[in-house]
Order: sequence, then C-alpha cells, then structure tokens
Amino acid sequence: MATTKPRLSSFSRNLSAVSSSQTPGVKCGPNGTMFVSSGIADLDKILGGGFPLGSLVMVMEDAEAPHHMLLLRNFMSQGLVHGQPLLYASPSKDPRGFLGTLPSPASLKHDKSRDRESEQEKGLRIAWQYKKYMGENQPNFDSHRDNKQDYCNEFDLRKPLERHYFTRQRVNCVGIQDSKNLAALQEHCASFLAQHQRNDGSCALAGRIAIQSLCAPQCEHSNMDWEMLSFIKSLKGMVRSSNAVVVITFPPSLLSLSSTKRWQHMADTLLSVAAIPDEDKELAKLLSGYQDMVGLLNVHKVARLNTQVPFILEATTFSIKLQKRRFLVLECLNQAPVDGSSGSSYGTSGSCSGSSKAGTLDF
Amino acid sequence: MENQNLNLLDRALGLDGPSEPWPLSGRVVLIEDCVETSGSFVLHQLVKRSLSPTSSNVIIFVAFANPFSHYDRILRKLGCNLVTQRDNKRFIFFDMLMLRCPDEGKSSEGGLVLLYEKILKTICGLPGDKKDYVTIMIDDISLVEVAANGGSDYVLDFLHYCHALTSEFDCSLITLNHEDIYSSMERPTLILQMEYLADILIKAEPLSTGLATDVHGQLTVLNKGTSHRLGRSGNKIHNFHYKVKENTVEYFYPGSRV
Repeated sequence: MATTKPRLSSFSRNLSAVSSSQTPGVKCGPNGTMFVSSGIADLDKILGGGFPLGSLVMVMEDAEAPHHMLLLRNFMSQGLVHGQPLLYASPSKDPRGFLGTLPSPASLKHDKSRDRESEQEKGLRIAWQYKKYMGENQPNFDSHRDNKQDYCNEFDLRKPLERHYFTRQRVNCVGIQDSKNLAALQEHCASFLAQHQRNDGSCALAGRIAIQSLCAPQCEHSNMDWEMLSFIKSLKGMVRSSNAVVVITFPPSLLSLSSTKRWQHMADTLLSVAAIPDEDKELAKLLSGYQDMVGLLNVHKVARLNTQVPFILEATTFSIKLQKRRFLVLECLNQAPVDGSSGSSYGTSGSCSGSSKAGTLDF
Repeated sequence: MENQNLNLLDRALGLDGPSEPWPLSGRVVLIEDCVETSGSFVLHQLVKRSLSPTSSNVIIFVAFANPFSHYDRILRKLGCNLVTQRDNKRFIFFDMLMLRCPDEGKSSEGGLVLLYEKILKTICGLPGDKKDYVTIMIDDISLVEVAANGGSDYVLDFLHYCHALTSEFDCSLITLNHEDIYSSMERPTLILQMEYLADILIKAEPLSTGLATDVHGQLTVLNKGTSHRLGRSGNKIHNFHYKVKENTVEYFYPGSRV
C-alpha cells in the first residue's frame, strides 16, 4: 500500500522554484523551508537566508538601549513593502503610532554611492580586515533596479514609510498593556495565522507578527510566568503550520533565570542586543571602528527546521552600525591593529601572548 | 544489529550486543541538553535504531516540540521512512503541540491523565507480539510542564505512571529535557527525580572552548548497570565528542577524528 503512494525525495525542488518567482519577498531555503527577509541584509546573510516561515524569532532586549526596536522596525517595514500582512502588538498606549516611525526603503541612487564608497575603503583596510571582504561578492547594483521586488530592501532610517503601506487591511495593531491576560492577544494571533495556513503545494502570502516587549512590567500578565510560557507555546505551535514568522522581543532581566531559559529554548532563532558603553577606552583600543558602533548584536541560536544539523557561526557577535546615520549594518568585530610603537601588544583574545589581560569581549 | 555500523553512542547504550532482547527494554533513558547544544539528534538516532528492520519495536512518540513533518524529513535523511513506519503501525505519533490543560487546578492534571490513558490504551491495543517491544518517547518534558501550566507535580505523576509501564510491559521510556532550565533553581525537583529514575543519562553540552564547526559538542553517557546481563555491569561513564550531519552523526574521542 505504501509503495503506491508517490514519495517525494528530500531533494524535490519543483514546488519551491515556482513559488519563489510568484511570491515576492519569499525565498526558498534548504530542507523545504522558505525564508522571508529580516529587513537587514547583513542579518539575512548571517542567518543563512533570513527568517524561515513557520519559525519563532526571539530578541533579548537590553534594558540600557532600545536597539531591539531597530530590528523590529526593519522587520515590520520589510513585510509592509512586500505587501505581507502584519500583526503588531505592543505594550504602549498607542501601538498604531509606532507605524509612523517605520523606515522607508532607500532611494535607488543612494544605494549606488554607498557601494562605491565601500569599494574605495577596501583598498585601504586589507591588512587586518581581510576577513571581512574575503569571499564576499558585491553584485548588488543590478538587483536594485526595482526596489519592490528585492528580497531585502535597504531601509533609510531617516525617511518614514509612506502611509499607504499601513492600511487597516494590512496592519493590525494590538495593545497588550490593558488586557488582563494574554487571551485576547492569543485570539488575534490565532485568527491572523488562520489566514496564513500552509497548504501543501500553494504558497500563499507570507504574514508577519511582531510582538514588542512581551513581558514588559506595565502589562498585567508580566508576572504570570506560566501564562506567558503557555502563550508562547501555543503561538509556536500555530505558527509552525503556517506561512508566517513571529518576532518577539523581551527584556530577560525581568524574568527569572529559569524562565529566561525556557523562553530561550522555545525560540527557533535567538538574538540579543546589547548597548555599547560610551567612551569606553578599553573597548576603543580593542576594536576598530568603535566610535561608529551603536550597539552589539549576538546570535545565540539559528532556526533548524526540518534538520538536525546545528548552524555554527564563525562569529556570533556583531556590531550594529548606522552608516551615514541612516542605514543599519552589522559588522564582524575586528580587532584594532597592534600598536607597534609602544612595543607591547594589547590585542588579547585569540592571540598567543602570555601576558593578556582579560578583554571585556570574547570573540 | 551486528551488520550495522555501530558508533560510540550505540556502544555506550549497550546496543552493540544481541538485538533480542532489545537492550533498552524496560529501561528509562533521559537526554539532557541546553540552549547551546540541542540533544534532539540523540532522539533521532534512537528512533532510527528502534525502527531498524531487525528489531520489532513499536514507538509511541509523544511530541510537544515539533510536528510530524519535521521528524519525517530528518529521519528520511537518516535512512528511515517514518510515513511507512506509521502506516505499518510501528511509529505512532501523538501531536501534542497545541495541548493546553485548562487552568483550574484539578483539570491541569486532567490533560496529562488523559494523555497517559491514551498511551496505555495504545499499548494494550497492540497485537500480542508487538506489545512487548514498545518504546515511549517524549519530546520534550519542559513543554509538558508548560502544557500543565507549571504543575510540575502533575508532570512527575505522569512520568511515574509512564515509568510503571516500563515494568508492567517491559517498554522503554526515552525522554528529553533541558538541563539548563533547572540549574538555576533552588530545588529543581523535576530534573532531579528524572535523573534518579533514569537508567541511562545522556547529556549533550558544548565543549569548554565553545562551539566549533568540526566539533559540535560533547556527549556524556552514564549507563547505570542492570541485572539483565550475566553479572552486574556497574555504572559506566562514557564521554566523547560529536559532529552532527544531515545523514549521520559522527562520534569520536577527543583528538581522534578519522
């Protein structure tokens, strides 16, 4: 009986090839997964393609800096630019107002000048930053012809997204501050995800859910540990069988250690952001380009849907920089050059020098 | 079993001996892992070994973490077709992803009691020859706790009942839990009891130097001796490194990559 059923080999790609050309903003990945962009090209590259549909992404916030908002904004904007419906939940009084802060895709001519600049920089920095450019082809010029069809847009943080993108049909905003528990939010998520059910063969429009600061103290549910865990578990179960991605940010400092670990285990992709102290002389000596850094991004876990092979990254800590104060980029941390004149090396991590002082960063 | 390529994990689990009786029969296996190193690959390997053509095991897989399609794709790459096995009634899949026991006290327990009854009913409903070779797998226990709204006592009761099945029906019980969730607790009752109950403890953790592309982590296998074999074998601890690939997992002693 079983032999008469057509068995798809694990290498069948017919379906994916069709869907990627028809659905903007969705790319096929390995093991039958499909990716949507995070809105940050560097992050997509680091994560091996983007956020897989059906996965749960968690971003651990840093109480000292709102960098998670940068990730959230780009994620939301990217979805709207591609016409992907969005459900946004936040503990603020006016969640809809947040949409006004979403960035718009950069204009075409600006992209070209940015790439030219980085080309020039390459020649000067080859000596110790060669790794950054090794194996990196930058044929980005051609694909920028039509902004809308790009898998990942470059967002200009200084230019707000045009209002026509967030019509009521496309964006649903939910406030979670005033509700007694998470039942209402769960209802919203359930009905949203029901519209994006994954049926074999068809690739309907992808959906995005962005939940900001889930355990924020102003919410009533913030001290109901098990309630929140239950919510995340059911959300994860629902999104698994749908063509959607859920991004949840949360401040781990407000949860117990044990709860934090539970949340981390439930995430498919786990990121964290950290603030960079201002005027830290130690760090300035250790890292190059320290002054331009806005914060740090750590990649703890990368989604492994339909596969058991872990995704091991060469580096897990990246610096968040704003190029020209407009464009979000992520860069590998690079050690500053050893100062030959003083005769002593103060590059610590990874070096064989015996007299190394402990660096604040381990990379 | 004799013809297959046995790896270090198989040997540590005692799967290198004769396949009848199934070496894990009547035994409780606990797989522990952490955020950095997932232990699911051990579960996949055990599924594959249990469903090998030379054995007549039936697996009741209670899934709280991933849907059937996920396991199907992974096991297919490992050389085991779960759809066929499901059709042949050798692989019974309980999808518990959306299980949520209702909040009010007694009913929290209710959901797990129903689950236990379902497992028991399934075992009793198996044909006579298959009844002796059941493996119950649960992935993963921390999500069972969430489903029970934090009622660890109910989860423990459920586990104790499943444990009773190992002596009643000679079935094996294989569970996975995340050790790092409990390590910060003052009284981590659940994990301690599970570790106590387990005959075999398999722990996946990163190397002290962190993660690397050619060594994904290390496995520590504690095999508490049984009295099934001729003479007691005593506790044995095995430790080795591993690298997980799509269609296999390589196990090797530190520094001895071949």
